[in-house]
Amino acid sequence: MSSSSANLSNESIFRMYRQMVRIRTFEDNANQLYLSAKMPGLTHMYSGEEAVAVGICEALTSDDKITSTHRGHGHCVAKGAEFKAMFCELLGREEGYCRGKGGSMHIADQSNGNLGANAIVGGSLGIATGAALSSKLRGTDEVAVCFFGDGATAQGLMYEVMNMAALWNLPVIYACENNGYSEYTKTEEIAAGSITARAEAFGIESHQVDGQDVLAVNKLTEELVARARAGEGPFFLELMTYRYHGHHVGDINREYYRAKEEESEWKSNRDPIIRLRGYMIENGIATEAEIDAINEEVFKDASDAVEYALNAKYPDPSEVDMHVFTDVKHALA
Amino acid sequence: MRNITLSQAVNEALAEEMRRDETVFIIGEDVAEAGTPFKILSGLVEEFGTNRVIDTPISEPGFMGMGVGAAMTGMRPVVDLMFGDFIFLVMDQLCNQAAKTHYMSGGKLNVPMVLRTNLGATRRSAAQHSQSLHAIVAHIPGIKVALPSSAYEAKGLLKTAIRDNNPVVIFEDKLMYQDKAEVPEEEYCIPFGEANIKREGTDITLIGTSSMVQVCEKAAEILAAEGISAEVIDPRTIVPLDEKTLVESAKKTSRVIVVDEGHQSFGTTSEIASRINEKAFYYLDAPALRMGAMDVPIPFSPALEDITVPTAEGVAENARKLVRGELINAA
Repeated sequence: MSSSSANLSNESIFRMYRQMVRIRTFEDNANQLYLSAKMPGLTHMYSGEEAVAVGICEALTSDDKITSTHRGHGHCVAKGAEFKAMFCELLGREEGYCRGKGGSMHIADQSNGNLGANAIVGGSLGIATGAALSSKLRGTDEVAVCFFGDGATAQGLMYEVMNMAALWNLPVIYACENNGYSEYTKTEEIAAGSITARAEAFGIESHQVDGQDVLAVNKLTEELVARARAGEGPFFLELMTYRYHGHHVGDINREYYRAKEEESEWKSNRDPIIRLRGYMIENGIATEAEIDAINEEVFKDASDAVEYALNAKYPDPSEVDMHVFTDVKHALA
Repeated sequence: MRNITLSQAVNEALAEEMRRDETVFIIGEDVAEAGTPFKILSGLVEEFGTNRVIDTPISEPGFMGMGVGAAMTGMRPVVDLMFGDFIFLVMDQLCNQAAKTHYMSGGKLNVPMVLRTNLGATRRSAAQHSQSLHAIVAHIPGIKVALPSSAYEAKGLLKTAIRDNNPVVIFEDKLMYQDKAEVPEEEYCIPFGEANIKREGTDITLIGTSSMVQVCEKAAEILAAEGISAEVIDPRTIVPLDEKTLVESAKKTSRVIVVDEGHQSFGTTSEIASRINEKAFYYLDAPALRMGAMDVPIPFSPALEDITVPTAEGVAENARKLVRGELINAA
């Protein structure tokens, strides 16, 4: 791997490896649930981008806030969510993190500082920046990380909130996951100029980083989080990454916008999990057997959770008008 | 009792709540030293400082979204939107984010945020500074909507709004900021969802919102002189709506006119009239009548603008017709 991990504990490296495998495994299971028509609706796979969510969230505490996107399962896992409640949410069951009211696109373990996955592209830029303002007003050292894609850089809200974050030195990190595609369109066709230059125009320190290198992502984020806590924010990261699947699980025949050779090049030569595994073995951090054991444990955990969720209860129909307002049990009663 | 302006009432409500609860803060354009173009917030930045009365760039979606994020993480922002017309700029943050967060999270996240803005025509401000857009917000589940009709309501409803754990949009009539009303010195809040019967009557019910309450009261005076007894009711909040009080009055008088400054079609008047027609049908002598703003963009010229909004004379004229039975089956 390109980065040095001199200050990184083996425990942290193991945790990041495990979290990346958990995300990949969650997505593989979610894809199977879709293909076997057991999952309502569609979902957007995070596979391929694991190092971004994991490298960043490893640098955060559970009090730090994140906002996530329609491609949000990875952020949710990385911020500490459990498989059972995630699969229950994906399948619209009562025990889901959102009691089945959010589904894939709004999945979040709110107790770990995840302020929600947002299905409006760029829709959470204000929320994350507001969480950073709140942190400052409340006198805490919490940092907010806003995950969004390259497509969201075309939304005006980003420029409004980056301006205010820079004016007021807010502890927010804008994490732009550049996976090369804005839905079904190449990023170079929708983004003029450089993405980091957008933030630099506001005087925001910006970095482009290899989003397939979890150690590099983590190292940089650790530094920036510490500086944001010290009042030096905001920061902007452009994480160069790749989504292995289509825009969503139903986007299967996609050669009209993306070549299969390109996909296999990223999967074979730049996969973040394969790269970290190789690094761990080469540097004597783990044995093949130890890594295989982690994988097996995660696969089993996921298949148990899928089985549990498939048999879990749907919410009672009486829940339909609950949670419209905080203080009214049933809004339509 | 003392009389203060609606503007002073709003200022007092904010100051009292900010003294009571340090998580309450104001954010918006020219809210600090300028105290807004209407000078409503004058003095607050001097007392509470620029950390709690925060001037923003002209970026409505930006500061609205930040209000949502701050509300989700322990603060109680009062977001100041200079003109109600600008609500179209913040619709995603208000309707897709603030309104749905509690529901989409299965009740785990709250957005205790107030959006203070205004409504009202006849200020010669033309089509982009004169609209009354509360019905558009009320259409979206998850947002409470308050429409104060005087300084007294403006203070009591705003204090309740700030203490509410849901997103609340409060629309003040921008033509009423200098109107005075009796406001007690001692603290009070006005609960949401409780209509106020401003005047009791037996022949017809006039339901008015915001400044249209005054229009209805003037119409009731005109009608009283002619021997027609009009009941005037102010719902005070349209979400939640005190349907019970409105329906009971309709059953009692058997005739209803709903008066509101939003556009008539698909609006507040339509919704309230429809509920009365559904719930009090067999008690009515005529269908409940709607009187909203004309379905045209608000024009600039006084000669045109004044005819777009309901007037006391217009309400009285329709009331006479209803009482005479002329509008039966003609609504």
